[in-house]
Amino acid sequence: MVTTDICIIGAGPVGLFAVFEAGLLKMRCHLIDALPQIGGQLSEIYPQKPIYDIPGYPAINAQTLVDNLMTQIAPFNPGFTLGERVEQLDRQADGSYVVTTNDGTSVHCQVVVIAGGLGCFEPRKPEIENLERFEGKGVAYMVKNPEQLRDRRVVLAGGGDSALDWTVFLADVAKEVTLVHRSDTFRGAPDSAEKVFHLASQGRVNLVLQSNITSIHGNGHLQEVSITAKDKTVTTLPADNLIPLFGLTPKLGPIADWGLTIDRSAIVVNTTDYATNVERIYAIGDINTYPGKLKLILCGFHEAALMCQSAFRYVHPDQKLSFKYTTVNGVPTF
Amino acid sequence: MTKILMIHFTIEDRDGTQQPIEIPEGINLSLMEVLKASEYDILATCGGMALCATCHVKVLDGFDDLPSAQDAELDMLDTLPDADSDSRLACQIRVDERLNGATFRIKGVRELV
Repeated sequence: MVTTDICIIGAGPVGLFAVFEAGLLKMRCHLIDALPQIGGQLSEIYPQKPIYDIPGYPAINAQTLVDNLMTQIAPFNPGFTLGERVEQLDRQADGSYVVTTNDGTSVHCQVVVIAGGLGCFEPRKPEIENLERFEGKGVAYMVKNPEQLRDRRVVLAGGGDSALDWTVFLADVAKEVTLVHRSDTFRGAPDSAEKVFHLASQGRVNLVLQSNITSIHGNGHLQEVSITAKDKTVTTLPADNLIPLFGLTPKLGPIADWGLTIDRSAIVVNTTDYATNVERIYAIGDINTYPGKLKLILCGFHEAALMCQSAFRYVHPDQKLSFKYTTVNGVPTF
Repeated sequence: MTKILMIHFTIEDRDGTQQPIEIPEGINLSLMEVLKASEYDILATCGGMALCATCHVKVLDGFDDLPSAQDAELDMLDTLPDADSDSRLACQIRVDERLNGATFRIKGVRELV
């Protein structure tokens, strides 16, 4: 068990800067991020793009901003758990929290700060009635262990690289492979598409184009899928497994179940200290919402500073908070 | 005095109601930004980076006149289960005179929870 003062969920720019503001108030931080590297969107999505609205920097490369933040917070020696998604939050009798990840890492903290940006990226689910009822009972959104599909009748849906690659791979493993795609062309890698067309011409995979899966049926476990073609004809296929592969979409994930007030997929906070409706839980950066909210890094920095002033009372309940300028006092270290 | 030229197009909400939109030329906004400013119920979670597809629109009229989609948009559209050949991401469409006479139906999901 990791023990810290503040557990920050999300290691993007705002989560990183929160470490600095917390450090000035002698609060230690541990950050958890589902991505394997620090920096959030900046490192994952646009590392080489310049950002023009960071005060004091006419232009700064996104990755450079992350690197600079890491240098800035180094004196406070934050802990990191990367590549793990926060699953559970358990309130302790004394009001503190234990945060647990999907890999079983747990962090004991006095305050939880959600700086999760867009949320975590999860498989996008197609709109098919009863789909969720069959999750784990034939329906899965990724192939974790292809051996489990050996000699099964597998239906894949989607037209991207992963749909094509798994169709090719499973042709040698499954008893029957059907790929359902809404278009008659594929944007995925041309040689993967070519392989799929070739396998289809040999009758080794069943290619159903210009069609969508519209319903699924089963008795406890998935048994058949119904496919509707563009001309509205419906075909029903027996199937043991259905794997919709429609890319990733940002989601709040388990955070949505923590009793926080949520409005349009964002966490509602007050603007005094960016606290949520649950005591000791704060939300800063792109993941929060309040009247006038702007999703800007600089606004997230401001939110981080005010949040720390408020969180101090839970971390150091016996101390009086006195505000100090870094120009007067410098930056302390741990 | 120079006359400000206006761009006219139509938005159809999820319930089928249509509303004409008038935007001055040269305003440098994306269609997603116009939809948000016009208080349509779209999330636009990623802020215009073609990442979340919550600004997905179906182009009912004028598809061929629109500025064409780039790879990031096409890749994202390709992953959407409910996309079609007339789908676009509003965040990737810059509003200019090519939108004149177009009609867009809002399709993006309202919740990401």
